[in-house]
Amino acid sequence: MPELPPSVRGFGVTFKTIFKRVVTEQYPEQADRFPPKPRFHGRHQLNRWADGLEKCIGCELCAWACPADAILVEGANNEDGDRHSPGERYGRVYQINYLRCIFCGLCIEACPTRALTMTNEFELADDNRVDLIFTKEDLLAPLLPGMVAPPHDMVADFDEKDYYAGKVIGATPEQQRSAIDDRVAKEGS
Amino acid sequence: MTIAPGPEQTQTDLVTVVVDDISVRVPKGTLVIRVAEQMGVEIPRFCDHPLLDAVAACRMCLIEIDGNPKPQPACAITVTDGMKVKTQRTSPVAEKAQEGVMEFLLLNHPLDCPICDKGGECPLQNQAMTAGRGESRFEGKKRTFPKPINISAQILLDRERCVSCARCTRFADQIAGDPMLELLERGAQQQVGVADDAPFDSYFSGNTIQICPVGALTSSLYRFRSRPFDLVSTPTTCEHCASGCSLRTDVRRGEITRRLAWDDPEVNEEWNCDKGRFAFKYTHDGRVKTPLIREDGELRPASWPEALDAAARGLAAAGDRVGVLTGGRLTREDAYSYAKFARIVLGTDDIDFRSRPASDEEAQFLAAAVAGRLLGPTYADLDAADNVVMVGLEPEDESPIIMLRLRRAARKAGTRVWGVSPVNTRGLAKVDGTWVPCRAGDEAALLRSALQSGDSPADGSAEAAAVQITRALSTPGAVLLIGERLASVPGALSAAWALAERTGARVGWVPRRAGERGALDAGALAGLLPGGRPLTDPTARAEVARVWGVEPDQLPRYAGRAGSGAIVESASALVLAGIEPDDDPDRSAILAALGSETFVVSIETHHSAVTELADVILPVAVDAERAGSYTDWEGRVRPFGAAITGVSTVTDSRVLAMLADTMDRSIGRGDIGELRSELAALGNWTGSRAAAPDAIPETRVSDGLRLASWRLLLDLGRLQDGEPHLAATARATEALMSPATAAAYGLTDGALVTVTAVGTGSRPRGSVCVALRLDDVAHDTVWLPMNSPGCSVLVDLQSVPGESVLISLEASA
Ligand code: SF4
Ligand code: SF4
Ligand code: SF4
Ligand code: SF4
Ligand code: FES
Repeated sequence: MPELPPSVRGFGVTFKTIFKRVVTEQYPEQADRFPPKPRFHGRHQLNRWADGLEKCIGCELCAWACPADAILVEGANNEDGDRHSPGERYGRVYQINYLRCIFCGLCIEACPTRALTMTNEFELADDNRVDLIFTKEDLLAPLLPGMVAPPHDMVADFDEKDYYAGKVIGATPEQQRSAIDDRVAKEGS
Repeated sequence: MTIAPGPEQTQTDLVTVVVDDISVRVPKGTLVIRVAEQMGVEIPRFCDHPLLDAVAACRMCLIEIDGNPKPQPACAITVTDGMKVKTQRTSPVAEKAQEGVMEFLLLNHPLDCPICDKGGECPLQNQAMTAGRGESRFEGKKRTFPKPINISAQILLDRERCVSCARCTRFADQIAGDPMLELLERGAQQQVGVADDAPFDSYFSGNTIQICPVGALTSSLYRFRSRPFDLVSTPTTCEHCASGCSLRTDVRRGEITRRLAWDDPEVNEEWNCDKGRFAFKYTHDGRVKTPLIREDGELRPASWPEALDAAARGLAAAGDRVGVLTGGRLTREDAYSYAKFARIVLGTDDIDFRSRPASDEEAQFLAAAVAGRLLGPTYADLDAADNVVMVGLEPEDESPIIMLRLRRAARKAGTRVWGVSPVNTRGLAKVDGTWVPCRAGDEAALLRSALQSGDSPADGSAEAAAVQITRALSTPGAVLLIGERLASVPGALSAAWALAERTGARVGWVPRRAGERGALDAGALAGLLPGGRPLTDPTARAEVARVWGVEPDQLPRYAGRAGSGAIVESASALVLAGIEPDDDPDRSAILAALGSETFVVSIETHHSAVTELADVILPVAVDAERAGSYTDWEGRVRPFGAAITGVSTVTDSRVLAMLADTMDRSIGRGDIGELRSELAALGNWTGSRAAAPDAIPETRVSDGLRLASWRLLLDLGRLQDGEPHLAATARATEALMSPATAAAYGLTDGALVTVTAVGTGSRPRGSVCVALRLDDVAHDTVWLPMNSPGCSVLVDLQSVPGESVLISLEASA
């Protein structure tokens, strides 16, 4: 059989591909048909304990681990009446700069308290730099039912070890009240 | 780390030791751990510290020594000839022993590195990696303590992190002489502690944080503030006193987070005091941010050109009737700029850096004996001296590193210290000093009689003390340390200088503020050009004029006025830099000038009583924002770099250069390189000097109760603003009296007393009310802190030390 000219042979590839399954995803038209994989490295989240206290202790280990120097943390002391996390220390300032982050997840590995995890959210585009520096407010996990926004006290008679042991299952009525008191005190002053 | 200079080694003292199969010759008596260090072998350690006596408490440094059945601690064993040492590098026994100790130390360690301030610079973390096992085999429950506890307002202790190395306790006991820390209990319960009623209120407490090999000791100030990798570190010099400590300033995003003592074996070794370590908040708060101009009695912000213009016009209108007061806190370079600006732009010689009790006798003494002299006596001279006599100086409060060095000299080199003072202080006890009681104001008479004393005293009298002092000063290498306080005792400096000349002792003049010696050498004192040159000497004038690029006859012809009172009274315009009127006995004159027609330019970092009343205010940089240098009491130049960079503040020198330009003169650009090279070009004066003063002591009739006073290290000083934890460790405000004197006035220990100053014509000037404590105090003397909460001698009492006061029991007590 005489050889077909190369220019025609090339169409063989085209022809075969017509019968293959289409891999192009129609984004954004059909975005929800193709959710990211569960372990996809998306935007970070700062988690909470079941009563709403923050898990982050402001240790800066995530910032230390970050190869892109994308994270800024400043720790501070939990004071009586101004408690944000169990134990002594919390992250007063927390920022991730998404202009720098390469979504490697090393920060997640470094975090000793599982405060920092990654969500699947990847739609992180904007038209200015400032809005791409996410602050603690942007990164904190939403309050789920049973949680109270800090600052508020720990569960009565519990210390941070009880939190790490997973004994806290939700905000107690006392905590709800104390959170309200703290807020009133703050707004009053 | 510093290796303290040991006793003189001669080559014959060398022994041969074999470390890890390498044979070396080292001086006899060297510790094995040092030999290894010098060979580049790092033996892990916690308790070992070159400046502390060995205790071998932590057992981390175990090594194998041939002929010893068990591993030995390298930090406590000195080498002997032929010793064969094997470290963890070559000996599995040593390696296993170290791993065992590390595992043992970690049994009860909380491993809360994430919330521990030491994390990232922690010897325990590091050595657990290099000399530990990867996994713990411990399955029990760790011992815990409630954490943290305050061992002072500033220092916090997390007992569970402690590895019982005894560094902090040894520091407190051996170096600081404040044995308030102790290791308590035994076994797993062993912990560092203080007595319930005696917190660790040592002036040197911060050093324990720095040498603690774990994060057991932390400061309220730095706790949780940052991590080592956040910090940009700059070598700096402490601005708080004339000790001249080397520091390291750590800055995070434009703010100082902490300061550490830096290693300078010739000056502060590895220590500093808490003021230098913790008092830096002032750099941020209360700053003057823009130039300000007074218009119709109100200050308003102005642009630099406008403010410079206003200042230039006001100064020009005053002609040569301008006075310049520079305070004692300026850097050497800035003081030099003021000296130059006053002489060739303002055409005045009315300049003084002494914003404190001062005298003409002192100015004369400084010109003759201190200004532009070479280095010395030095800290090392204190070690070498057989005797050190201190007059009018309480080093623990006024120059703390002198106290630490004297303590070391007394403990290790057998230096004998004599304290001529109204109070037998705790600081004097720490240097094992001999107290020579002397009422404030009687120093001159005492020194004078020492000068005239023969060799056979009538025992027990004041004469005996005078003879003792003369004898002490006549010993080889003797040093006479005199404090700036002597300025207010007529005749004291004259007598001290004459006594030193007679006995051959060296004189160290110890000012309190960091910038005083530098300002003196830079010529910021009437009658003195830079380098100690007399203004009236033609050669000196020519030398200075050449460097300044002017004709000698453009310099002021006659020496001007010294002393803030004289300067302020005769001036129709003033340039004030870093002046706090409340520091000055002439405070009312300064305040009056500020409130009057006198045109006042204030070149300031912070809002103050001066800026409230000045006509033009020009803001300048604080030390942390600029490079510069100080000269410590020894005469050693201590340069420093800018710790905070990227700020737009300018230095005093730069402001003066701009002001000179506005006035159509030039003093150069005012940048640091230019100033330093001019200072280097000028150097010290080698020609003849003015004669030393020869003032005669006042003969004082018996005058009842006399006031003694000095500034405590921690007090109301403006540079300590904004640091409540530090202020809480200050000594209590209390009056001191001897039991006998108190009894004569019918007072008892703990009584609340009112001390009243007697003005001229017995008109009371002011009074303070404080608690009385009975102590070793000279007769008929009451001591008060100079500027502590509730007791300011210059402001509340309106008195100066040496004056007569009245005392009475507070009515309401
Ligand atoms: S994902 Fe990687 S690059 Fe991004 S913040 Fe975490 S460590 Fe940094
Ligand atoms: S997110 Fe985790 S690692 Fe980062 S500071 Fe908070 S606790 Fe530490
Ligand atoms: S002392 Fe060192 S090892 Fe211990 S918790 Fe602090 S950083 Fe970690
Ligand atoms: S507190 Fe620190 S310095 Fe003091 S004994 Fe414990 S580990 Fe050593
Ligand atoms: S370093 Fe030798 S026993 Fe501690």
